[in-house]
Amino acid sequence: MIEFRLPSLGADMDEGKLLEWLVKPGDAVTKGQVVCVVDTAKAAIDVECWHDGTVQALLAEPGTTLPVGALLAVLREAGESAADIEHRIESLRAPSATAPAGAAVAAAAATVPAPAVAAAPGPPRRVSPAARRRAGELGIDLDAVPPGADGTVALADVERVAQRAGVAAAPPAPAAMPPKPAPAAATMAERAAQMRKVIGAAMARSKREIPHYYLAENVSLAAAMGWLAEQNAGRPITDRLLLAPLLLKSVAAALRRYPEFNGFYRDDAFAPAEAIHVGVAISLRAGGLVTPALIDVDRKDVARVNRELLDLVARTRAGRLTATELSAGTITVTSLGEQGVATVFGVIYPPQVALVGFGRPTERPWAVDGGLKVVPVITATLAADHRASDGHRGGLFLAALRELLQNPAEL
Amino acid sequence: MNRDELRIAILETLSGIAPEIEAGAIVPDKLLRDQVDLDSADWLNFLVALHGRLGVDIPDADVGKLTTLDKLVDYCGRRL
Repeated sequence: MIEFRLPSLGADMDEGKLLEWLVKPGDAVTKGQVVCVVDTAKAAIDVECWHDGTVQALLAEPGTTLPVGALLAVLREAGESAADIEHRIESLRAPSATAPAGAAVAAAAATVPAPAVAAAPGPPRRVSPAARRRAGELGIDLDAVPPGADGTVALADVERVAQRAGVAAAPPAPAAMPPKPAPAAATMAERAAQMRKVIGAAMARSKREIPHYYLAENVSLAAAMGWLAEQNAGRPITDRLLLAPLLLKSVAAALRRYPEFNGFYRDDAFAPAEAIHVGVAISLRAGGLVTPALIDVDRKDVARVNRELLDLVARTRAGRLTATELSAGTITVTSLGEQGVATVFGVIYPPQVALVGFGRPTERPWAVDGGLKVVPVITATLAADHRASDGHRGGLFLAALRELLQNPAEL
Repeated sequence: MNRDELRIAILETLSGIAPEIEAGAIVPDKLLRDQVDLDSADWLNFLVALHGRLGVDIPDADVGKLTTLDKLVDYCGRRL
C-alpha cells in the first residue's frame, strides 16, 4: 500500500489547497505522473506521484487546504488486493492516524469517501491555472468549457466560451487587443499579500538562522559572448542560446570542485547533495518570485540547459510548475539580466547553503595584455553559509567560476 | 496580413508569453521590453512563438534590432 502525501513545496510553503484530482479510483498511476493540482500562495503546482500503483481511494477533497505531509490518497501496489487495503484505509481515516502531528484536523476534515469521487462523470480534465482564475472571475462553469486539442482547458478556451455567452466586456477594437475586463482586484491583492508573507517568512528565517558572508568578483564575458555570437549565427531562432545557461553551467561545474556550496544545512549539520539541481530565481510580474530548479545541470549540455530554462520560465508564467521543481534546488542562482543593475547580494534560500548572483552584463574598460580594452563584464557574487564553508573556499569557488567562463566551449 | 492585423497578431503572441500585460497600453515606438518587463528568456520565448505563428525567420543578427512594437510590425511585414 502506498500512502500519497502532500510533498514539500519548497522551504517557504507549508500548506496547499487541493484544486483538483487528475486521477480517480481505479486509475493506474506511473512513477512521475502528475496526479493532482495544488494551489499555494505563489502558484498552482502540479504534484507528481513517485510510485507506480493503482489509485485505491482519494482521501482529500478539492477545495481543502492541507499541510505538507497530509495524506491525500492511497494507492494499491501490484499484487495487493483491494479488499486488503480497504481495511487499512479505515484505520488511516481515523483522525489520530490521518496525518503528522498538527495536521490531523485538516486532513481528517478533508477525508471523503471514495465512491463519491468515483461517481464523478467522465475522466478528469486538465485546467490551466489561468483558465481557472478567468472562469472564476467570469462566473463560468469549467465543466461547460470544451478543452483544446491537447485535452487541456486553457485560457483561450474559457475566453471563447465567455465570448459566445456574451460575457466578454467589449468587442475587439480594430487596431488593438480586446480590452481585458479588470481582474478580481481583491483576489489579486490578497494573493500578492499572501505571497509577500511567505517570502518574508522564509527570508526572515534565512537571515535569522544563516550566518551569511558575501564575496564578489568581476568576470570578463568576452569569451562567453564571442562564443555565443558564433554559435547563434548558425542557429535558427528556435535554437538560439542565451547567456544564462552558460552562467548556470559554470556554477554547476564550479560546484563539482567545491561541493560545500551545494546541499542543505539540516539538524545542525551540512549535508552535501549528490546531484546539482540549480534553483533559478524568477520574478513574477504581478510581484514576488519563485525559484524552481533545473535538474542535473552539471550533466546536461548548454543547449539542453538552454531549452529547459526557456521551458521553465514559460511554465512559471503559465503557472505550470511541479512540486518536485519547487523543492529540488540544491543551490539558487539569481540573475538580474540585461535590465538589472551591476551587483546583487542574495539571501540564501533555506535549507540551502549558498546563492550565486549575477548582475547586468555591462561594457567596461578592462586591462588586457598591458593595455585597455572595452569588454563585457559581469559581477558574480556569492552569498554563503558560514556554518558550511569559509570565505577562503568561497573565493576559490568564485575564481573557479570565473575561469570556467573563459572557456565556454568546455562547459 | 495588413499592419493592423500584424500588430494584433504580435500583441496576442506577447499576451501568450506575458498574460499580465495590458496590450492596449503599449506605446508602439518605445522600447517594448522596458514596457512589459520581459526577461531574456521571456523575450526569446516571444520571438520563437512569433516565428511559429507568422512563419517569419529571425536570424540572430536581427534579434537586437527588434526593440519596439513598430519595428516588429515593420520587420514581420517585410518578411512575411
